[in-house]
Amino acid sequence: MKFGVVVFPGSNCDADCYHVIRNVAQQDVEYIWHQQHDVKGFDALVLPGGFSYGDYLRTGAIARFSPVMPAVIEFARRGGPVIGICNGFQILLEAGLLPGAMLRNRSLTFICETVNLRVNRTDTMFTNRYAKDQILQIPIAHGEGNYYCDNDTLKRLQDNQQILFTYCDSEGRETEEANPNGSVANIAGIINEQGNVLGMMPHPERCSEPILGGSDGLGIFLSVIDWCQGVSRK
Amino acid sequence: MKELTYRQMGLLDEEYQQIKAILGREPNYLETGMFAVMWSEHCGYKNSRPLLKMFPTEGPQVIQGPGENAGIVDIGDNQALVFKIESHNHPCAIEPYQGAATGVGGIVRDIFTMGARPIALLNSLRFGDLENARVRQLFRGVVAGIAGYGNCLGIPTVGGEVYFHPSYQENPLVNAMCVGLVNRDEIALAVASEVGSPIMLVGAKTGRDGIHGATFASEELTDSSAEKRPSVQVGDPFMEKLLIEACLELIREDLVAGMQDLGAAGLTSSIAETASKKGLGVMVDVTKVPLREEGMTPYEIMLSESQERMLIVPRPGKEERIAEIFAKWGLDAVVIGKVTGDGMFKVYEGEVLVGEVPVTALTEGCPVYVRQGIEPPYYQELKAYDIDNLPDYDLQEALLQLLSSPNIASKKWVYRQYDHQVMTNTVIVPGDGDAAVLRIKSTDKGVALTTDCNSRMVYLDPYRGGKLAVCEAARNLACCGARPLALTNCLNFGNPEKPHIYWQMQNAIRGMADAARVLNTPVVSGNVSLYNESTTAAVFPTPVVGMVGLLQDINQRCTMSFQDEGDMIVLLGQIRTELGGSEYLAVCHRIEAGEVPDADLDEESRLIEMLLELCAKGLIKSAHDISEGGLAVALTESAIKGQMGFRAELPGTAEQVTQVLFSEAPTRVVMSLAAENLEAVEEIASRYQLPLTILGRVGGRRLMISNGGHMLIDLDLDQAAKTWGEALTCIMK
Repeated sequence: MKFGVVVFPGSNCDADCYHVIRNVAQQDVEYIWHQQHDVKGFDALVLPGGFSYGDYLRTGAIARFSPVMPAVIEFARRGGPVIGICNGFQILLEAGLLPGAMLRNRSLTFICETVNLRVNRTDTMFTNRYAKDQILQIPIAHGEGNYYCDNDTLKRLQDNQQILFTYCDSEGRETEEANPNGSVANIAGIINEQGNVLGMMPHPERCSEPILGGSDGLGIFLSVIDWCQGVSRK
Repeated sequence: MKELTYRQMGLLDEEYQQIKAILGREPNYLETGMFAVMWSEHCGYKNSRPLLKMFPTEGPQVIQGPGENAGIVDIGDNQALVFKIESHNHPCAIEPYQGAATGVGGIVRDIFTMGARPIALLNSLRFGDLENARVRQLFRGVVAGIAGYGNCLGIPTVGGEVYFHPSYQENPLVNAMCVGLVNRDEIALAVASEVGSPIMLVGAKTGRDGIHGATFASEELTDSSAEKRPSVQVGDPFMEKLLIEACLELIREDLVAGMQDLGAAGLTSSIAETASKKGLGVMVDVTKVPLREEGMTPYEIMLSESQERMLIVPRPGKEERIAEIFAKWGLDAVVIGKVTGDGMFKVYEGEVLVGEVPVTALTEGCPVYVRQGIEPPYYQELKAYDIDNLPDYDLQEALLQLLSSPNIASKKWVYRQYDHQVMTNTVIVPGDGDAAVLRIKSTDKGVALTTDCNSRMVYLDPYRGGKLAVCEAARNLACCGARPLALTNCLNFGNPEKPHIYWQMQNAIRGMADAARVLNTPVVSGNVSLYNESTTAAVFPTPVVGMVGLLQDINQRCTMSFQDEGDMIVLLGQIRTELGGSEYLAVCHRIEAGEVPDADLDEESRLIEMLLELCAKGLIKSAHDISEGGLAVALTESAIKGQMGFRAELPGTAEQVTQVLFSEAPTRVVMSLAAENLEAVEEIASRYQLPLTILGRVGGRRLMISNGGHMLIDLDLDQAAKTWGEALTCIMK
């Protein structure tokens, strides 16, 4: 299958995602420059981390106006898998593909460290390689990852089981101490109602090879591959 | 802007006379300004150049030594590392966030200017006493500035060091190092080639920021330094990111003859350096320079230090393709002048010639001062200070005090703010090893990187301290399994016009040079930052060493963490008892004195070779060099990082326990290894003529050190980890 990694000016995890997809997951992958107007021929899209347009306004607020975004939105509406990581998640929020918004981290500083994530569902195209309630160790690296939404939205996310990943302690409990940035309900990653758009602050591409200290993140890429290949077999 | 006199611009009377002699007339205002910035210490190295000649700069591994934007070393397979360290001290004293941010921006430009992809950032920071609110604000601002800029660029900040001492109270040191990876056949150098070639300027628009930054960096800080805030530039990392990608694309397509970043002294310096290498001339029209502000004079335009700008001399006929690539990245590239054959630097404002000086007068013509150093009285006095008869101090209490000293405590509060994993190459992350280790994708190789300098040792004995800085850097790399290749340095000193300061410089440089020669780590690049003084005194002499090393096989890397219960703990190197200059004396007895322990360079060299052999043969599981806090802290850090306790028996007599625990004498490493490998390691040690002492075993949840059956230290591992891990975070809350 073929992945597309969307490159905005200021993206800086594009090469990392490309590397994991091509050299670790061994799939076809191409960069998609933000000025392209279509995403034909791709089976899944990744919006990588970085500081698109310097994030000088609000994170992701300018990138959503990039020429490629209407095609990304159309791709998502038709059910194509879209993964937004870190800045990619922020762009998906700004583009309205996912609900909620990002605030600055509670500490008001950038945080780069490995955290525990709980996998809340395994019947999705992004998590079928994991066990339910499995605890993943995945690095975060952001200054604005403090996910916020109002109570109604939170209730909808909970009712629809859209909260895929939550920050937790080593026992899987969603404690206040385990919440690195102040996110509502310890939210680290959510999917849309249709289940084909994932936004997550942690960086799975940074922990997809044992030499980097762990490969808990690889399962997300492999889940999408399995799911896509399962669909195409049907 | 108010007109300045040449003295206010930093020129001496005799220098002004020299300029008049060169031109055969009075220089006009613009010309005076151009000379003043080019002849500043920051650009011209007029006080340090004779001393820098002491450094060894050659070796089979060296592709490019000093004189270019950065040094280059060979790492095989047609690949090379490009690296340099640079200071941004004075801007940070005034405006910490922007000062630090633009320091990162400047060093990164030096690296990609040479065609290399920047792959890592490191830094070396010095601040005053953290009890002081202003110091905490500077510290917080500098760390945030480094993070803000580096994180946005997507270059991991993988290592560094931070120390605190009152001598840095008003004059912090902020040194940033960048390392890049380049294919040997894609190295770009900063030379204009042919007469008639256009000179293009690309990147940010030019504003009034940073005018006379180079001059500001070359004088002491005073009470009115805050008025120089306009001399501090403002950074735009997004612009820099675009420049990196665009410029590397130009290199890949082989479109440029010469490329030069605009740093200190802005257009004046970058144009002069580009033209002077081949004895060419240049003409530039300031009305072509895109401006950010209205009404800027030629003087302001030529001296502006606005950030994120690059000068490009295209290969003939490639201008159009270059413009296309810049347009793709949303950047404007404009032709502002051309290369000429007359050796003159001519500045036009439209049709009008507004300044004209010989190019080489600005560069090679910079005066050089050989000064006379005088040994300061403090040297013998502190050396002779009696540290043998100290009052008793509880050993366990001393260890806890040291673990919570900001100089020794975990720096997690700092590196947590730096993205140290982007690019997915960081295999040994900050805090886990004596150096950072990065893999090189699609090879088995790894590179190890470190910055080091114990400035208290340098202050007490500049010659020995200079040696120690180089030795420690090399030892740190070897502890990770990497062969030290070469170094870059940032020489931070006070005012060189003062004989005592000059003496510190002379001796520190001589010590570094001697060590670099014996350890085969030539100096390939560097930066000098003088006049680091405030109203009260000079900073500790701080010649920071940045060193790179190579692992042929990344699987042979080693960290400082204890790995398995039951492993043997051994001390490689001598049992030493010198306490001079130690953190123990400073923290527990408030004494900064004593004779600085010397490094035997031949022994250090054997120790490094032996560590490399041990790593290559997979005979050790951890290695951690003994530095600040001595053997006691080295053991404790290995235990904390490995989350495993230990039980150790201290060698030596009961009278020596304090010295053996806390001496910071060099050329020693604490290692852990599987018991079945002990014999093999002992054999290798005797081959290298290095002593090996069995200290104890890894295991349990307590840190236990005894001597002759007496328990000296018996600490809970978690308590030690908490003390060491949270001290800095608590102070900064």
